[in-house]
Amino acid sequence: MASSAKKLKDQVGLTGNSAVALAMKQINPDVCPAYPITPSTAVIETFSDYFANGEVDTEFITVESEHSAMSACVGASAAGARVMTATSSQGLALMWEVLYIASGMRFPIVMATVNRALSSPINIHCDHSDSMGARDSGWIQIYSETVQEAYDNMFQAIRIAEDKRVLTPAMVCMDGFITSHAIENLTLATDAEVKGFVGDYTPEHSLLDTDNPVTMGAMTMPDSYMNFKFEQSNAIAGAKEVVVEIGKEYGKLTGREYGLLDCYNLEDADVAIVVLSSAAGTTKAAVDELRKEGKKVGVLRPRLYRPFPHQEIAEALKGIGAVCVLDRADSMSGFGGPLFTDIRSALYGIENAPLVMGRIFGLGGRDFNVANAKEVFEETFKALEAGKIEKTTGYITI
Amino acid sequence: MSSEKKNKMPLGGIINKGGTCEDYDTGGWRKFRPILDKEKCIDCLICWAMCPDSAIIVEDGKMVGFNLDHCKGCGICDVECPDKVKAIAMIDEKVAKKG
Ligand code: SF4
Ligand code: SF4
Repeated sequence: MASSAKKLKDQVGLTGNSAVALAMKQINPDVCPAYPITPSTAVIETFSDYFANGEVDTEFITVESEHSAMSACVGASAAGARVMTATSSQGLALMWEVLYIASGMRFPIVMATVNRALSSPINIHCDHSDSMGARDSGWIQIYSETVQEAYDNMFQAIRIAEDKRVLTPAMVCMDGFITSHAIENLTLATDAEVKGFVGDYTPEHSLLDTDNPVTMGAMTMPDSYMNFKFEQSNAIAGAKEVVVEIGKEYGKLTGREYGLLDCYNLEDADVAIVVLSSAAGTTKAAVDELRKEGKKVGVLRPRLYRPFPHQEIAEALKGIGAVCVLDRADSMSGFGGPLFTDIRSALYGIENAPLVMGRIFGLGGRDFNVANAKEVFEETFKALEAGKIEKTTGYITI
Repeated sequence: MSSEKKNKMPLGGIINKGGTCEDYDTGGWRKFRPILDKEKCIDCLICWAMCPDSAIIVEDGKMVGFNLDHCKGCGICDVECPDKVKAIAMIDEKVAKKG
């Protein structure tokens, strides 16, 4: 009791957006080009207050669009700066072509992505259509369940992206409104802890280094383009180990260690739900209730989605009878969402592979509550009992 | 630059030193070749300033011709040469080669 009271005393209540803006202030990046968009607006709004009050040394650049924001990120990164920004939805969509340029040029830009649905129809609420569309853009993607995690992930993302073995941009995703606008208690790191953890950024090359002139963004021909892509592919695949390493180091510093996956009651589970971000919290509540009834259920929440930790996921899910993968985005392929196809592919050919089905949920902010999670578990149990999946993919709460 | 030691390609597609375009032959792209009429030329050097490939050869402040290893035949020099002078003409590269 005493210790939990003390724990609470040291905590502060912040929205996801405020916590991420505070993390950016503590990181104190060299450059922040930004164009605010709902629901990530408050990240940039709050950070611009820090800038106006002289609390950061950052060059804050207001631009005319998200395409310009990411272009300015690339330019600043080419100059050798530590660069951060934030966006959502249509903003991320407008950044599209420049996302690939940032990753291809191996610039360790870190972006807070506050997940929101894509038009049309227009909708400002949460789903993962925006970041899922960018899943093949060569950016590392970390999905946060809580405000605390979004805050903690920002520091780790800087270290992961800037690691010499990786040198790849990273986005830290959190759920629009659900996490970005909800106030949660969280424990902050001190400015000194953050400074020590993120350290200084030393770029590999800088366009401002006139003693060592380099050309960036040059044309490549069929004899070399593929080799660059091969090396980029190896670098992002290798980021997996770095994510684990940095997560452990962060754990030593703050007591909050992070890995690739968050496994909740999986060891002895008969059925499990795989889901990203805040909906995992809801699903865990359903697990707690069902466990009281003696039902062996669990949750797997991938924290790292790009690169995709397929071996670790296969290891975590093998031996479980049936799994339902919940996607907060539709691939419009007629075959479920992106997380479903990735998970199912990771399980193909392994021993004791579970039955796998996929369900789309929560599009455009459609509510997903504990009762909905229980219904999914129930349907997954039915598949287990029948020994086969009746309907491989579909929608729930429709 | 440890990453470059491990990787065969320079990081992120950079070119590691300056001045490398000198080694890159763009003359092969040429469809039209600039021809100079030295009688007309007043050595204003506008063509030298405007050529995107630094292919105008200047000696002792005088325009003397074209570096055909790098001239890609864009015709900018022809357009930019003052209207009253028009000392540069673009001719078909195939014809130029034959002749
Ligand atoms: S044709 Fe173009 S590239 Fe060739 S000399 Fe004239 S301006 Fe330069
Ligand atoms: S622009 Fe015309 S006149 Fe002037 S230097 Fe060139 S060729 Fe001669």
